[in-house]
Amino acid sequence: MGRTVVEMLLTDPPSLAPTVSGPSLPAQPTAAVIAPKIEVAGLNFYYGAHRVLEHIELKIQPNQVTALIGPSGCGKSTFLRSLNRMNDIVPGTRVEGSICIDKADIYAASVDVVDLRRRVGMVFQKSNPFPKSIFENVAYGLRINRMTRSREELRGRVESSLKAAALWDEVHDRLHTSALALSGGQQQRLCIARALAVEPEILLMDEPASALDPIATQKIEELIYQLKSRYTIVIVTHNMQQAARVSDVTAFFWLGRVVECDRTNKIFTAPAEKLTEDYVTGRFG
Amino acid sequence: MSAPDRIVRHFQEELEQLQTRILEMGGLAEEGVRIAIKGLVDRDDALIDQVLSGDEPLNALHIEIDGRCFTLLALFQPMAADLRAIVAAVKINTDLERVGDLAVNIAEAAQRSVLRPPVKKLIDIPRMAGLAQSMLRDALDAFVRRDIQLAQQVLDQDDKLDSLKTQIFRELLTYMLQDPSTIEPALDLILISRHLERIGDHATNIAEDVIFIVSARDVRHHADLQSG
Repeated sequence: MGRTVVEMLLTDPPSLAPTVSGPSLPAQPTAAVIAPKIEVAGLNFYYGAHRVLEHIELKIQPNQVTALIGPSGCGKSTFLRSLNRMNDIVPGTRVEGSICIDKADIYAASVDVVDLRRRVGMVFQKSNPFPKSIFENVAYGLRINRMTRSREELRGRVESSLKAAALWDEVHDRLHTSALALSGGQQQRLCIARALAVEPEILLMDEPASALDPIATQKIEELIYQLKSRYTIVIVTHNMQQAARVSDVTAFFWLGRVVECDRTNKIFTAPAEKLTEDYVTGRFG
Repeated sequence: MSAPDRIVRHFQEELEQLQTRILEMGGLAEEGVRIAIKGLVDRDDALIDQVLSGDEPLNALHIEIDGRCFTLLALFQPMAADLRAIVAAVKINTDLERVGDLAVNIAEAAQRSVLRPPVKKLIDIPRMAGLAQSMLRDALDAFVRRDIQLAQQVLDQDDKLDSLKTQIFRELLTYMLQDPSTIEPALDLILISRHLERIGDHATNIAEDVIFIVSARDVRHHADLQSG
């Protein structure tokens, strides 16, 4: 402050040039110490002699959306299906390592697979409603699991599931018409409602929007964003932009390995691995 | 079961938050200018010190807003009006940060100025400051309301600010010619008038960005007239 104005005029050229500052990411909430919902350790997965997943180590946090990305055949769908043992029905498969949900190994001998799949719901790429009414599609899981005690309760659960899947407003006046008359996007949301009806803790989604137009896709994406406050969501997507939009955490799979798993923000702005950078910038895959 | 009765675009919420942060930054920058000028006029060291030591929140917002824009571009791949809004937000952010710096520059000059007897009663500088602040406020209002007319009014006022600056310079020149002991304090006042004129330029930049967001027209350097 000791300089005179004349000195300042001589030394400080006026400039409108912006101050130099590189873009930086907004501060992220520091990861609180929350136990992971799903903890995968040393997972190897084989189709016969062919190993398709190699030493996967992954912790999936509750109430977050975790996206699995990677080129075709990288093992991401196999990994997703291993989380509710859907691969069990494929002959010749073998699993090594462990997958724990709430610290309990889902491949333990004592696990009831039907109950596991109720807790870990799944939505597939192609919507697959039953050839029944909209109401029956959602009520089906509740009935076979004997989850409601009265018709009234059943109706209430169907309604709340359809609302949670953001479909209620569009179908409430035609609940007893065929689900097959719904549009593709509505059918997919119906499948989500059906999965939600049995009160899962985890929702697995395998390319849930890849067969939908952009508007229906946007609805599914917004739905995913809203559902995460109540569920742990793991989504496989070929669409990197979709992973960027909907997920909190992204895991990049390549040749059956997890190359990198980090906050989505980081994966898409400053990934640590060159391979990830090349994939998200479209240089291969 | 709490149900999402309607589907809200998450991206829209993020955009609104970005806008709120920009307004917050605009408020801080404008307040800095107001206090610096009040410190000068009232010859109040405490007010001047407040500006000199108070630009940290503005700097933090500058970085945060850049980060938000960067993330929105990377994660949401915005298009059309959304894309224009975020690109403009990056530029507005820089403009506001510079306004904050200029408020500090004004306070520095004011700090030196109050050590000496006043050259003259300050009339035009507060007037210039009022105009620069109202241009900044209007530019930000136009940004929030996506109001092209208000943005155009900001552009129209810039000439007024320029002529006030010239007027101040000429007037102080006569004082300096008459009495060399007034040179240093008068130069400080000339510097302040130039800082205020620059603040008007930044408000103008923001107004031009608003026109770009709303109508996709680039009115900088009369580019819209040249391209016909």
